[in-house]
Amino acid sequence: MTVNDRSVSGDIDPRTLLVHFIRENLNLTGTHIGCETSYCGACTVMFDGRTVKSCTVLAVAADGATITTIEGLAKNGQLHAVQEGFWERHGLQCGFCTPGMIMAAVGLLEENNNPSEDEIRHGIEGNLCRCTGYHNIVKAIEYAGAKLRGEEPPPAEWEVSA
Amino acid sequence: MFPRKFDYVAPSSLDETVDALKGAGFAKVMSGGMSLLPLMKLRLVSPELVVDIGRIPGLDQISEEGDMLTIGALVRHYQTAGSEKVPAALAAAAAYTGDVQVRNRGTTVGAVVHGDLAADQPAAVLALGGVIVVQGPNGVREIPATDFFVDTLTTAIEPDEVATAIKVPKGGSSAYDKLGRRGGHTDYAVAGAAAWVKKDNGNITECRVALTGVAGRPTLAEGTAEAMVGTDGSAGAIAEAASKAADGVSVLEDLYGSEEYKAHLATVYAKRALTLALNE
Repeated sequence: MTVNDRSVSGDIDPRTLLVHFIRENLNLTGTHIGCETSYCGACTVMFDGRTVKSCTVLAVAADGATITTIEGLAKNGQLHAVQEGFWERHGLQCGFCTPGMIMAAVGLLEENNNPSEDEIRHGIEGNLCRCTGYHNIVKAIEYAGAKLRGEEPPPAEWEVSA
Repeated sequence: MFPRKFDYVAPSSLDETVDALKGAGFAKVMSGGMSLLPLMKLRLVSPELVVDIGRIPGLDQISEEGDMLTIGALVRHYQTAGSEKVPAALAAAAAYTGDVQVRNRGTTVGAVVHGDLAADQPAAVLALGGVIVVQGPNGVREIPATDFFVDTLTTAIEPDEVATAIKVPKGGSSAYDKLGRRGGHTDYAVAGAAAWVKKDNGNITECRVALTGVAGRPTLAEGTAEAMVGTDGSAGAIAEAASKAADGVSVLEDLYGSEEYKAHLATVYAKRALTLALNE
């Protein structure tokens, strides 16, 4: 399979889950293992251009697929707009859900780069943040959407209220 | 957390799939794996052989033939949800299935064949009068949805058969609505209903309503359907018919609601689905 533009291979047990292959065989530990029951979304990666929960995909089923993980988003030292949004709008607290949350946001914005707040909230329905920091995550995705549209992102709330 | 050891094959055709299933011990067919893999990881199900049909070409199509629509075994929920060809009840049921990532990977046929008692798409297929196409050692057979759902997680498909498609008729108008376990439309249904109606000269000539999350399997609300036929589909007629939604249905209580509450939700969602269908 191709992971972050790199061709990789491995001889694995059929029961190896994609998330384990990514973390343990490829040492890409940015993709997190959270609930392992396909609820939390911390393990979200792009599989042939669409988000999936890599804890619920067999690695063998990804044979020949194109995978993008959180490590593959930044290009030439430049953060992806969604990563920048999370940075600028403080879209994380503990950070555990962040890689999956960012991948889900990338998937959402690739389909619709101008989502409403409601569409953003539904777009990340497959990802849980147990710090419940959803408010700033939504703001971060709004920021990234503006960036991707080539617009000036809305000012941060703390700048407005100051 | 990973499954018990199993053998894995990824056939490149349906014939090879049937060959792989023939004489296998406990084998499971996998398409998207969104229902099967969690069960295997929790070790509630431990097949000796997983037959992954994910690489078979041509199964990812939604095609029309006469007045029937065929949804191939690898059509994913997001495709069903986003297709203008798919009847509204099934498209909505697919849109309300799982979450974004699950809809990107899971398949409509897989969800129907899995037969969860609180899943969305089985009820839609039942209300639409769909058929499930299966292939086995004795060739291809079509099982009407009314005969398909035998009991909880149990369908009429044989262990040596693979579901290749679902066919649904295109006529009439339909809708699906539900109460999700996490509120709104999110997660499995606490209860939900799919409705399909056909009108002629302002009167309803045919009707089917199917419930999910109410009984041990997707179930027709026959009392409601019968009461709708011959009416003009007015709000009053819908309310009267929907009040019979749980009549004759073996309502089951679960973690999400008592028998009484589920029976109540059956009437509420039968009413909402019928109203939506008649305004489609």
